[in-house]
Amino acid sequence: MAKINLDKSQVETVKTIAKSIADDIQKFVDEHSTESVERTVLRLYGVDGVDEDKTPLPNKIIEKLLAEVGLNEGVSKYFAKAMVLSKRDGQTTAELLDQNHISFKDTLSVLDVDSLKIEKDLSKKAIHALDNTYNKKLKKQIECPVPPTPWKYLIVATGNIYEDRVQAESAVDSGADIIAVIRSTAQSLLDYIPYGATTEGFGGTYATQENFKIMRKALDKSMKKRGRYVRLVNYSSGLCMSEIAACAAMEDLDMLLNDSMYGILFRDINMKRTFVDQYMSRLICSRANIIINTGEDNYLTTSDAIESAHTVTASQLINEAMGINARLKPELLGLGHAYEINPTVENAFLYELAHAQLARELFPRSPLKYMPPTKYKKTDIFFSHAMDTMFNLASITTNQGIHLAGILTEAIHTPLMQDRYQALDSINYVFNIAKNLGDEIEFKAGGFIENRAKTVLNETEQFLIKVEKMGLMTSISNGLFAGIKRPIDGGKGGPGVIKKAPTYSNPIMDELKKGGKHDQ
Amino acid sequence: MTSKNLIKPYGDTMNDGVMQLAFTLPVENSARAKKAAEVYLTKLNLVDVAISSAKKLTDGFTYFVAFARAIPTLNYDEIEATEVQIKEMNFYQINALIKEKINRKLVIIGATIGTDAHTVGIDAIMNMKGYNMDYGLERYPEIEAYNLGSQVPPETLIKAALDYKADAILISQTVTQKDAHIRNFTEFIEMLEAEKLRNRFIIIAGGPRINNDLAIELGFDAGFGPGTLPSHVASYVANKMVERKGAQS
Repeated sequence: MAKINLDKSQVETVKTIAKSIADDIQKFVDEHSTESVERTVLRLYGVDGVDEDKTPLPNKIIEKLLAEVGLNEGVSKYFAKAMVLSKRDGQTTAELLDQNHISFKDTLSVLDVDSLKIEKDLSKKAIHALDNTYNKKLKKQIECPVPPTPWKYLIVATGNIYEDRVQAESAVDSGADIIAVIRSTAQSLLDYIPYGATTEGFGGTYATQENFKIMRKALDKSMKKRGRYVRLVNYSSGLCMSEIAACAAMEDLDMLLNDSMYGILFRDINMKRTFVDQYMSRLICSRANIIINTGEDNYLTTSDAIESAHTVTASQLINEAMGINARLKPELLGLGHAYEINPTVENAFLYELAHAQLARELFPRSPLKYMPPTKYKKTDIFFSHAMDTMFNLASITTNQGIHLAGILTEAIHTPLMQDRYQALDSINYVFNIAKNLGDEIEFKAGGFIENRAKTVLNETEQFLIKVEKMGLMTSISNGLFAGIKRPIDGGKGGPGVIKKAPTYSNPIMDELKKGGKHDQ
Repeated sequence: MTSKNLIKPYGDTMNDGVMQLAFTLPVENSARAKKAAEVYLTKLNLVDVAISSAKKLTDGFTYFVAFARAIPTLNYDEIEATEVQIKEMNFYQINALIKEKINRKLVIIGATIGTDAHTVGIDAIMNMKGYNMDYGLERYPEIEAYNLGSQVPPETLIKAALDYKADAILISQTVTQKDAHIRNFTEFIEMLEAEKLRNRFIIIAGGPRINNDLAIELGFDAGFGPGTLPSHVASYVANKMVERKGAQS
């Protein structure tokens, strides 16, 4: 139900501009691949494991391919040909390649007709695995129904996956609907995925496929106990965006943090690399029914939440347009925003309501990801708790989708078990007593909230026009987003971008481009 | 000694000793659990313990809120606190200080040197996003920050510091196996001294096994260990620069 009288044609206009910005990027994306995308193909073909130096096999095979024949045609065809030579399964073939029993140069003698069937089989199996996780999750959701929105999102971050498990179980007992395992600091800058169960991390726990599996198993148990579906979240961002998406899909994760610009701006990752990687990662999410969470809230940790509100809206529109290009349906777009206005501003709550309601009405079918206050959080935990309570009220009133729990000790330490309980206690209280408040109220026509929302939309339109004119890459290099300038060819991971040859082959991607299973 | 300097926590009456506490015990919520919480607080030398709330967090864990009175008094006259070495300043105060007192941007260059491939530390301090809600140096309008990344040879870092006319050099070392960090730090300082450049820059060491005493022993100006925020480093460099400028004029 609309509460703000937005100009429908203006909404159309901003969406059209965002689409044109995304389509411009898509042209670049379609002509390129990356080392990480190729490693993703190998992972989906069943290649896993590490050598004695803990270097993942997918990394080693791609390095070998690069050294022996180059990457421009993609790994798929060459790997299938290596399988023709080895007459063994994918994993064994990868090991034989790694031990130099087979060279990619040897595969040049294999005819395309002979490898085509294997390539087709491999890709069919991979797609089947993605469809399988989709079905598995759906089945679980029948057994354990999905709770009403806003879903309560709690983080665990001990660094030790086994300790995380205990913390997560307790959070679910207190009412959490979503558990996110915070990643070890700067994992996004690793050009490989660490391996196995891990018990040490920096400010978080490494994202590994084994850790995903351990946490999923624990949550499956918890949700059966509670009779409520509990989603598991991790991060598909950084230099291994699409590879993480593949690992996450294989372990039945439900949600991934995945933004089209976050890594570029805040982690100084090369923009071309990011755009190509995020496309592949989103195609996987679409097929495996994984909700992506975008990172617009981060802009407000560095820019003023009132002054820069329109950059959040603009980025949401661009993320949506790129998401649609990667076949994500609106229900899988957890577009981000945040409650970050300076608490000493008069009527700050009215601004917050205006921004939250604007997002709600611009993206009516998407589960918006709403972030709690962090920037103005105080080490006075009692004041912090009061701020979070008001954030909870804004969230239920505007029916947000994914509600990140504000924690009273946010400015002090990673949450203790009791901190999480305290946070959930306030959320449960507010969500219950104000459950239908949003259905009952309307915002005054021409009033503060409506005017504020309109102002932000006007500023968004002007901003998007500027970005469209410049092109997104140039816009980012000129510092239009979050006030951060990143040169087009700068940043980490740039050398891993590959221009596709006309003979480039990636049957998984071809299949994923046709859209999710749910669309057929 | 006058009694006015003897202090105790204050609730609503002088010397009532009232304290509020919140904590979790790894036991199932029950009458016995509450008793255990009460007894535990008496072991802390608290009296008149009242467990005002006991709630189950999850199986086998109970959260308590309690009020109690503390017995000991403290002679406030005997309390001394050493001055913190770093002036605690926030992002805005640091930028304002640089603008007012130095009147040009500070140039800070950072890298992980030697074989160490870890950028966790240097990124936490320098990257825009920063660490723990504290903006990184790249974000400071009054600081020009250059993060050269990892595995940077000392000579490359020194050359870059000269090219960028750096005021301060940050060196991060995460790997400490076989004291690799000590060797790398020492090598860097020796190279600077050989080039007669040691006094040209403020040189700072950082990493999980670094403390200020160790860094100074190795010839650095300062050392920052775990939990360091970008604003600590920025405040240190800005204040040190102001100090140096003052000494010159």
